[in-house]
Amino acid sequence: MYNKQHLDPHDDTSAQRPDFMPYQNNGGTVVAMGGEDYCIVAATTRLGLGFAIPTRNVCRYAILNDRVVLATAGMYADTVALHKVVTARVKVYQQQQEKPFGLFSAAQLLSNTLYYRRFFPYYTFNVLGGLDQDGQGFVYGFDAIGSGEKVKVVCNGTAQALIQPILDNQVEKKQQYENKQIEKWSLQEALDLVKDVFTSAGERDIYTGDAVDICTVTKQRGVVVETFPLKKD
Amino acid sequence: MQLRIPSAAVKAQYVDPTQVVVDPVRHTTSPLVTGGSVVGIRCCDGVVIAADTLASYGSMARFQNLSRLVKVTDNCLLGGGGEISDFQEIQRLLENLITKDFCFNDEHTQSPRSVHQYLGRVLYAQRSRLNPLWNSLLVGGYTAGQSFLGMVDLYGTTFESEVLATGFGVLLGLPLLRKAYRPDLTVQEGIKVVEDVYRVLFYRDARSINRIQVATATEAGVTISEPYSLETKWDFKGFVNPRSPYDESTW
Repeated sequence: MYNKQHLDPHDDTSAQRPDFMPYQNNGGTVVAMGGEDYCIVAATTRLGLGFAIPTRNVCRYAILNDRVVLATAGMYADTVALHKVVTARVKVYQQQQEKPFGLFSAAQLLSNTLYYRRFFPYYTFNVLGGLDQDGQGFVYGFDAIGSGEKVKVVCNGTAQALIQPILDNQVEKKQQYENKQIEKWSLQEALDLVKDVFTSAGERDIYTGDAVDICTVTKQRGVVVETFPLKKD
Repeated sequence: MQLRIPSAAVKAQYVDPTQVVVDPVRHTTSPLVTGGSVVGIRCCDGVVIAADTLASYGSMARFQNLSRLVKVTDNCLLGGGGEISDFQEIQRLLENLITKDFCFNDEHTQSPRSVHQYLGRVLYAQRSRLNPLWNSLLVGGYTAGQSFLGMVDLYGTTFESEVLATGFGVLLGLPLLRKAYRPDLTVQEGIKVVEDVYRVLFYRDARSINRIQVATATEAGVTISEPYSLETKWDFKGFVNPRSPYDESTW
């Protein structure tokens, strides 16, 4: 293996390039929304770097099993590394315990995995969505070091400031002029909303565009992925 | 060889007020001898990767006939930009990997996708130790009727695409490659496209040279061309009479 001398974690001398900044922002936006009997997890596919777009089609989501999906914005190298770690641990759990990995457990695993790197974080902004034991859709939003909360709808990534207030207003009926009843969204209505917020964010955020992968989780069909094209400019 | 630099915690343990702690002189904190852009395009019958043959020392055109394309296996090739010594270390790593496979004598070889993933993990591990391999790499290959093109950078970012470029090529080359790309593009057409990209790069990228190599991976295996010069044309109106800042518009 490469650089054997670094395998000892307590070795506090190391070869370093002190002026090297190990982080990069590749942008990206992720949205998740939970409904009565479904969950939507969506992630953009553009890989941005400064004012350039090195590629338009990367995968920012990981299907952990047929009822839990993870989507990640931020640094793409960290995203890939994190997805490898989480999917591997979910697989090992399912093989050893012979039962599926639940949504709540996945949230705890993700939080611990992120916090384990508290002092050299994964530069990633995660949303986790899926169905709980009762088949109800729920989502979790996390920051880069593992703080998270269970919510009905959440957005993370470069267009968070553009999308989250719209979701709050439309789904949670926040800041509305008259107090309105929170209504239930059908899967189709929710899909339309998700497509709309990504289309709008793509107009104002240079790191959001090209396409968005929309994962729909239902009890009947498991995880179904659809790619919705956005503007390429 | 690794420089062993005591961390602040270690220094504090042995601090002697009569002695001034001086860090050793560092020569490897930034890239020294560097290669420029690498570009690649995926074709229906193979993949094309090209690089010029310049290795710069700062702004000096230091080594003008240095190959930045290597054959990894019979169906996989690699192009590298960035720090040349780090690139040579990567070549050694790959040689070890391929030699190990050979010694098993079980007909197994690394697929282009495996080589790409392997390099991605190595570069990500090194960046996580804050001691990156300062390179941008393109991996190309052709197996089972499928062409492959992937990129790895010094942060360990890995992705695959139909068209790829590194360095200045991202800004000047990618738009041309995207415009030229078709799913049914042939390797012969692909070579013409990357030649055009290198002509444009030679006109506008100061760390480039008018001498390139083109490598292909097809059904017939990997071939890397001898270095050759590109035809250039310098009597364009814009070159002969460049617009000055005093003109009404710079566009």
